Amino acid sequence: MTEYINQGSKDTRSGFGEALLELGKSNPNVIALCADLTGSLKMEAFAATFPDRFIQVGIAEANMIGIAAGLTIGGKIPFTGTFANFSTGRVYDQIRQSVAYSNKNVKICASHAGLTLGEDGATHQNLEDIGMMKMLPNMTVINPCDFNQTKAATIAIASYPGPVYLRFGRPKWPNFMPAGQPFVIGKALLLNEGSDVSIFATGHMVWNALLACKILEDQGILAEVIDIHTIKPLDNEAILASVRKTGCVVTAEEHMRNGGLGDSIAQLLVREQPAPVEMVAVNDSFGESGKPEELLKKFGLDVPDIVAAALKVIARKQ
Amino acid sequence: MLTVQELEKIASQVRRDIVRMVHGSSSGHPGGPLGSTDFLVALYFKIMKPDQKNFTMDGVGEDLFFLSNGHLSAGWYSVLARYGYFDVSELRTFRKLGSRLQGHPATSEGLPGIRMSSGSLGQGLSVSIGAALAKKLNHDEHLVYCLMGDGELQEGQNWEALMYAAGNKVDNMVAVVDYNGVQIDGPNDKVLPMGDLQAKFEAFGWQVMTMYGNDMTEVVETLKKAQWYTGQGKPLMILMTTHMGNGVDFMTDNYEWHGVFPNEEQTKTALAQLDETLGDY
Repeated sequence: MTEYINQGSKDTRSGFGEALLELGKSNPNVIALCADLTGSLKMEAFAATFPDRFIQVGIAEANMIGIAAGLTIGGKIPFTGTFANFSTGRVYDQIRQSVAYSNKNVKICASHAGLTLGEDGATHQNLEDIGMMKMLPNMTVINPCDFNQTKAATIAIASYPGPVYLRFGRPKWPNFMPAGQPFVIGKALLLNEGSDVSIFATGHMVWNALLACKILEDQGILAEVIDIHTIKPLDNEAILASVRKTGCVVTAEEHMRNGGLGDSIAQLLVREQPAPVEMVAVNDSFGESGKPEELLKKFGLDVPDIVAAALKVIARKQ
Repeated sequence: MLTVQELEKIASQVRRDIVRMVHGSSSGHPGGPLGSTDFLVALYFKIMKPDQKNFTMDGVGEDLFFLSNGHLSAGWYSVLARYGYFDVSELRTFRKLGSRLQGHPATSEGLPGIRMSSGSLGQGLSVSIGAALAKKLNHDEHLVYCLMGDGELQEGQNWEALMYAAGNKVDNMVAVVDYNGVQIDGPNDKVLPMGDLQAKFEAFGWQVMTMYGNDMTEVVETLKKAQWYTGQGKPLMILMTTHMGNGVDFMTDNYEWHGVFPNEEQTKTALAQLDETLGDY
């Protein structure tokens, strides 16, 4: 299989922070807003360099979303930063009316998404955010897989008009995508060609999918691995082309099965190209405290879970 | 320059429009817009005077208005049409299928004059703060106006916004509360007493002015004065006392007219009390 090398683990949120600083330098209309989590969101460099364009709202996320929506009137490009939990559920109606329905150019940037937030536990481990955001008309939903891709995605959304939800995480995670690779919103990335099963993964789970692919290869199974960094709009063409070749699908995401990437792909397949699907995702459950790797294991999102799902779905194909 | 008498004539026509629109669609909210008509007429025709022929979403170089209590849409649409943003004949499409005049204001239909959707309450003050901050960043010295309902103040987001604006000296904005004392389920004091609003705003660090919102002379004078109070490091709030349903005797101060449309007979009675000054749509 195509080899991917971890260039040194880094947190995806730091990719966001670095890109935000670059955007601050290159685009005077970029404004950053934060709800008392500047350090966690890696927004300190932007805040220190561009104090006039950094808006600290305090612990008041609803007001932050409203202010961001208002800033677009006058040509500003606001990037809001807080945890995924406070970026979505807490402010769903504000996003729905003032951002999505009003079609405002707000970039909602959400860190600490998913189980890998770790020890803080279920109150902070949002596993429903992709579903909530993808259901909103006008909303683009992006979940990059590593530091480099998060950085590239952050740069890309600044020049992409309209509401965007950008989701990333807390832990240090393998950084394996080439630095400086342009990020094309809505375009799935083929990471490994295969003919036996298509593995569509998003976010942190892309690395796990690659590790699973290697294990499957050792068993003589050729898995196609595709990074779906943009969950909405979904790259239907790339997904259907892969499934026409492999005839079965595994999806992998650090999210609830309901409403996640797997749900989007299953919908596409039942409409266009019916095929068996196994979903590696959290099954209707809240998370809990623990180390990221312990949680992924407990909730069935580990590498062996992807391998098992692949074997199961290949068996269903026959 | 329009005189107070001329503004009052416009207001009378706007009130007729409101009654006819709500009757025409057999739905909508007559009470609130009738109470805030004088304010909206004065604001557009006398105070802001925005460029209605070249509407832009960014509104750079002109004053902006945001309606937070979006259910006052009938009155806002009428004022926008009478001011010349779009043809008054379009008012008859209010709340009907395919209309740009949605039940609550929407940007999705491209209606000139509207920069933000509203209807779900409590969001307009935050939006107005954002727009005011954009004006500061753009070195645009024009003001941002926001109208809110009093019942709407029960939404917690307003208090986040009030805190932010004072703490960050957002002083290029005028927020106006339509203080009619009633909401859907009854008087504010029965539904959820809000106490001394002026004291609360002042405690939050705002400058507060009061006015009676159903006297055109007072509205114009207060809004003129308010312009002078901006730019002094404090956000500005006008606590505007109004009568819900003002101009139509049987609707005045009756919370039951918050969201009920008048029937044929009631519409006739209401229109008999409101002079047709500019021609019905």
